[in-house]
Amino acid sequence: MLIEVGNILRVRSLFLIVLPSLALLGAVMVSPSQAPSQASTPSAPSPQGVAAGSVPSPFGAQAQQAGLNIVVLDPAHGGTDSGARGTGGIRESEIVLDFAIQVRHALEAQGFQVVQTRQGNEDPSFDDRSATANAQRGAVFVTLHVSSTGVPGSARVYVNSELPPVTDSNGMIPWDRAQAPFLDLSRKLGDLVQGFLAQHFRGSPESAQTATVRQLRTTAAPAIAVEISSVTVGDRADLDRMAPGVADAIARGAAAFKPSYVVPNTRGGLQ
Amino acid sequence: MLLAAAIIFPILRGRMKRAARLQQQSEEQARRELTQPIAINPGDPRVKTKLFWASDSNDSTLAPVTVDLPLSNDPVLRAKQVLNTLLAGPVDAELRTLPPEAVLLAFYLLPDGTAIADFSEAMATSVPSGIVSEQLAVNSITRTLEANVPQVRRMKILIHGQEVETLAGHLDLTGTFVVNTNLAQTPQKPAPTPSRR
Repeated sequence: MLIEVGNILRVRSLFLIVLPSLALLGAVMVSPSQAPSQASTPSAPSPQGVAAGSVPSPFGAQAQQAGLNIVVLDPAHGGTDSGARGTGGIRESEIVLDFAIQVRHALEAQGFQVVQTRQGNEDPSFDDRSATANAQRGAVFVTLHVSSTGVPGSARVYVNSELPPVTDSNGMIPWDRAQAPFLDLSRKLGDLVQGFLAQHFRGSPESAQTATVRQLRTTAAPAIAVEISSVTVGDRADLDRMAPGVADAIARGAAAFKPSYVVPNTRGGLQ
Repeated sequence: MLLAAAIIFPILRGRMKRAARLQQQSEEQARRELTQPIAINPGDPRVKTKLFWASDSNDSTLAPVTVDLPLSNDPVLRAKQVLNTLLAGPVDAELRTLPPEAVLLAFYLLPDGTAIADFSEAMATSVPSGIVSEQLAVNSITRTLEANVPQVRRMKILIHGQEVETLAGHLDLTGTFVVNTNLAQTPQKPAPTPSRR
């Protein structure tokens, strides 16, 4: 079943995603025959952000290329799902929402448009949050979390673990593996953001780590999870003090990633 | 007719109560059998068993602890023995990766090396919520199985018999986790079903 990108917000079951541009897939996807070798020996993207061995753009020489303009920001949890909870009443869902305000300001200062998956205490489903990202063109996805454990005052970036390769050659990828073609780009974005986080927060690793994060799997865009440690702090102010550093790291990381991710426009599409 | 009803009704009520008691006993019996810890058989050969717990209370890495345990040669029993020992936890409770109240309800091993580990609800409700802690919990299980039960290639986690979306809000449990990386890259064909004559 083919579903237009604009209707993805209403999708509730596992359908194939129709990406509006095969050239977008050409920027990040490999041809089926080359998938195994590409998976084992990833190539560095060309200056235009197109991986070697990718499917050529179907829009020909007239295709214009747009840059990364949108960051979809996902404050995790919400509603009845408060996420991790500390003994002092600290709730992950409240903290990440407050963090999102500062992250948003930092991203907008870098010239990005920010779309949030929630503005208040609602709790969109995993698929709805992914759908918000999947409906955008040329976006990256950043989900914010606070852990129950870990070195207090540190921050980690996670990208999704390896997924089975997508071999459908019709420009469609299964919803439940939407992240598969973007793993390399997600890793690049993750490493950039983690590098800046390590500059701000001692005890943070230097590069992103992999984990099977549910929220990332169904996101058809470069996607990372940023997890701040932790709700076990005695004073919530200790976490609040981390917000400017986290915001700066994400914004600078996205800005540094921008040249790596070029999204071809369709003719007559948004400029 | 009233006399007949007065005689039959108490008999019927008694039978219903007896049936309900029997059903409860059989459900309770089944539950007890499922959660009965696998007895360590002293007759089994003692094996250097590697168990993976947290290396540090604030760290996100695992460290192996080697203990001598009598383990069965049967892979399913062996897996149950090592997982129950893992659930029992290390000497230093700070290094625990799985909640103390979690119970391994069932463990199955399919012919293609896929293991299904069914844990009680406490596994999902008592694991500290967060990507790092949930990943650590799963990694301690997979690495312990990898080190001690080579027949397991990949693992599926169920919670009280059901597939759940996440462990404690973050880690994806809808797929399988690779256990033995070498074998997992060459999946076996399923065993042929015997033909009927």
